[in-house]
Amino acid sequence: MTDTQFDIAVIGGGPGGYVAAIRAAQLGLKPVVIERENLGGICLNWGCIPTKALLRAAELRHSIDEMADFGITVGEVKVDLAAVVKRSRKVAGRLSMGVKHLLKKNKVTVIAAEAKLGAAKDGLRQINLSNGDMVSAKHVIIATGARARALPNIEANGKTILTYREAMVPETMPESLIIVGSGAIGSEFASFYHDMGVKVTLVEALDRILPVEDEDVSAFVQKSFEKRGIKIMTGVKLQAVTSDANGVQASIEGHDKPLQASRMILAVGITGNTENLGLEATKIKVDRGHIVTDQWGATGEAGIYAIGDVTGPPWLAHKASHEGIICVEKITGQKDVHAIGAGAVPGCTYCRPQVASVGMTEAAAKQAGHDLKIGQFPFAGNGKAIALGDDGGFVKTIFDAKTGELLGAHMVGPEVTELIQGYAIARTLEATEAELMATIFPHPTLSEAMHESVLDAYDRAIHF
Amino acid sequence: MAIEIKMPALSPTMTTGTLAKWLVGEGDRVNSGDVIAEIETDKATMEVESVDDGVMAKIFVDAGTENVAVGAVIAVLAEDGETASDVAKAGLQEPSSPVPVTSVAAEAKERAEPAPVTAAPVKAVPAPKTKSSDKPRIFASPLARRIAADRNIALEGITGSGPYGRILRRDVESAATAPIAQTTAALAGATPAGATQHGDSYLVANSQMRKAIASRLQDSKQQAPHFYLTVDCVIDNLLEARKSLNAKAAEGIKISVNDMIIRAAAMALIAVPEANASWEGENTRLFRHADIAMAVAIDGGLITPIVWAAEQKGLAALSQVTTDLAARARDGKLAANEYTGGSFTISNLGMFGVREFAAVINPPHGGILAVGAGEQRPIVIDGNLAVATVMSVTLSADHRAVDGAVGARWLQAFKGFVENPVTMLL
Repeated sequence: MTDTQFDIAVIGGGPGGYVAAIRAAQLGLKPVVIERENLGGICLNWGCIPTKALLRAAELRHSIDEMADFGITVGEVKVDLAAVVKRSRKVAGRLSMGVKHLLKKNKVTVIAAEAKLGAAKDGLRQINLSNGDMVSAKHVIIATGARARALPNIEANGKTILTYREAMVPETMPESLIIVGSGAIGSEFASFYHDMGVKVTLVEALDRILPVEDEDVSAFVQKSFEKRGIKIMTGVKLQAVTSDANGVQASIEGHDKPLQASRMILAVGITGNTENLGLEATKIKVDRGHIVTDQWGATGEAGIYAIGDVTGPPWLAHKASHEGIICVEKITGQKDVHAIGAGAVPGCTYCRPQVASVGMTEAAAKQAGHDLKIGQFPFAGNGKAIALGDDGGFVKTIFDAKTGELLGAHMVGPEVTELIQGYAIARTLEATEAELMATIFPHPTLSEAMHESVLDAYDRAIHF
Repeated sequence: MAIEIKMPALSPTMTTGTLAKWLVGEGDRVNSGDVIAEIETDKATMEVESVDDGVMAKIFVDAGTENVAVGAVIAVLAEDGETASDVAKAGLQEPSSPVPVTSVAAEAKERAEPAPVTAAPVKAVPAPKTKSSDKPRIFASPLARRIAADRNIALEGITGSGPYGRILRRDVESAATAPIAQTTAALAGATPAGATQHGDSYLVANSQMRKAIASRLQDSKQQAPHFYLTVDCVIDNLLEARKSLNAKAAEGIKISVNDMIIRAAAMALIAVPEANASWEGENTRLFRHADIAMAVAIDGGLITPIVWAAEQKGLAALSQVTTDLAARARDGKLAANEYTGGSFTISNLGMFGVREFAAVINPPHGGILAVGAGEQRPIVIDGNLAVATVMSVTLSADHRAVDGAVGARWLQAFKGFVENPVTMLL
């Protein structure tokens, strides 16, 4: 190895780490990315991207059931599970290669190894690598991401009790499936497996599914899931889970009979990858599995930063990338760097119906003491949605009655994950209802529902 | 036909630029795509390419010329087959209006056509008119503007933290909650050399009311020659009378000391009608009634609702009127005709413990009575020291309409009514 001294060492090559490294290179620094597994991290290899490939297959499969409505007759339909999974892996592989190329293009050194923080010497932090080498850097960004959290009484075994990782590459479809946790991951798997013909029971400890979303959205998705035949149990306390050759049995507080299914997926959150990094010898604080940082990613140890899933919520790839950028910009003393504002990170769930949101829920906005103007517009009133044959769902917008600030936007329905950026931009630009109303939305598009929702907040909706 | 080359707009907001350099000279052969000149804006230097073939016939704008307006003809090409002298013969002349414009527009109202380097051969287009404005455009987000307007904060004094210095909500909020160094530093930075250095301060936009107060009172002090007469009134009898009146008054009526002062002033204005006057230049207006304005402090300023024909109102009626006017003044619910006009003002700061003060006349009134606190003071009666409740009042009068002796007589009458309240009840 020729180069051992860098300006910035990034531990972890996921969407936080590789983006930070590229930004550092753009700013004229000499960065290194140290990755133990695949460039692109979980997001690209085992998360966001491959699940979207799977969900796309499920969506196409589902659309065949509706072909008759469109006047199209379809013959026998077969799903080749192995091919579906293979395609998903291929998509992930292609993107991982893409990241490799991007890093090369930006002259970022990539080292395939595990990294452990060593001593600080002469303003340089030493990093010991699992391949026996050592590098040093002026600044270190920990971007090691996270993994599935286990429940105290339930261990994933990879065969019958799965985490997202095994759930993404099934060799066979189970007959039935219990999914524990109804956040984005749980809800997406519920939607996917159900569309692939599996009997799905979605189990949630809180009183509603998608608990971080607006209550109206949770209620709509729950109704929609149940209509499709997904069984939903909320307010559930799992007591014990056992598994044998026949499947899994989950006993639930207050229920005599245990739940039974062929397999179970645990989707109860994540825990940061903070182990074996040598954090113990530093002043870095870890709180409940995640590294504590300030708004710029600085940890308790000078010269060491942390970004993305290994730090605090929300645990989303796009937030990690943004943190990577602002962390590097702050390190290099760029002007006009701003920390991520409250409610600035949009969230998307790609189940059917899709869910997308940014900013505060109605309940949160009320609790924050705002006087609200709330608009809601159903896709049933949107021409494009009806033409697409996908008119379930709505767009809800929440404004501060006094200032016209768009406090939050919550969408459920067709392609809303592609629409939410409109509201995110509005929030970044600090648009008020006046600018949103004055904007012309093209017809016929799903986005018209976004306009109408704003109009509705001020009792001016035209098509409802 | 000659081809005009015009100053190009290198960005949508560019209105002028500097012609940094010519890369071809007169008589040089120019092919389409050749770089012929370099233009500098405040942001960048850019190359100008020719989109036609020809010979550089005439250069109108020398290299190094600043503030060349977008669209101005900077040179002319002779087309193939033409010679430079043909072009000259064709009568194409140097643009008559001087090409460099001196006013730098902060903002081009008319969207400058992104002038192609070589436009179709048209007659010389005059340089687009640029608007020069004293005020630079303030970039602020809609939400920031709304919050600033709502909280009455001037955007001018705020440094924006957004892209390109755009003022965002957080900037307005921090300016509102913490008048911090950021704001003042920016102000200091924006202050021309030699101007006032601001300390730790911040700007608050002046409301319409603030501006009205400023302009009217400035006019008053500049135009009305004020003179001031002060007198002490013993008000023990008045306080006694008020007590017994209130004891017998109908439910809900509570006569205040101020009501009695208004009543006394009204009676004095009727008793000394020359004091009930307003200067109108050619004429002096004399009032038949005592239309007395009372100064009411409200959020962000003050307002002077008027008790019309106060001399015709008994104390109970007067009290009802003043209570109602004061309440509606504080709620901002007065109609314009309730606070414009009148002939005399009473301003009472006694409740703040002010002993005496001199008020600025509220134009077009002829006088204003400044009322201090009623307080126990030692006085001498028939050579003996005694304690009495004394209230000092100061009349500010407009000497153009009211002479000193008239003011003094009015004050004497007022003092008479206040010290013998029975007489004001007549």
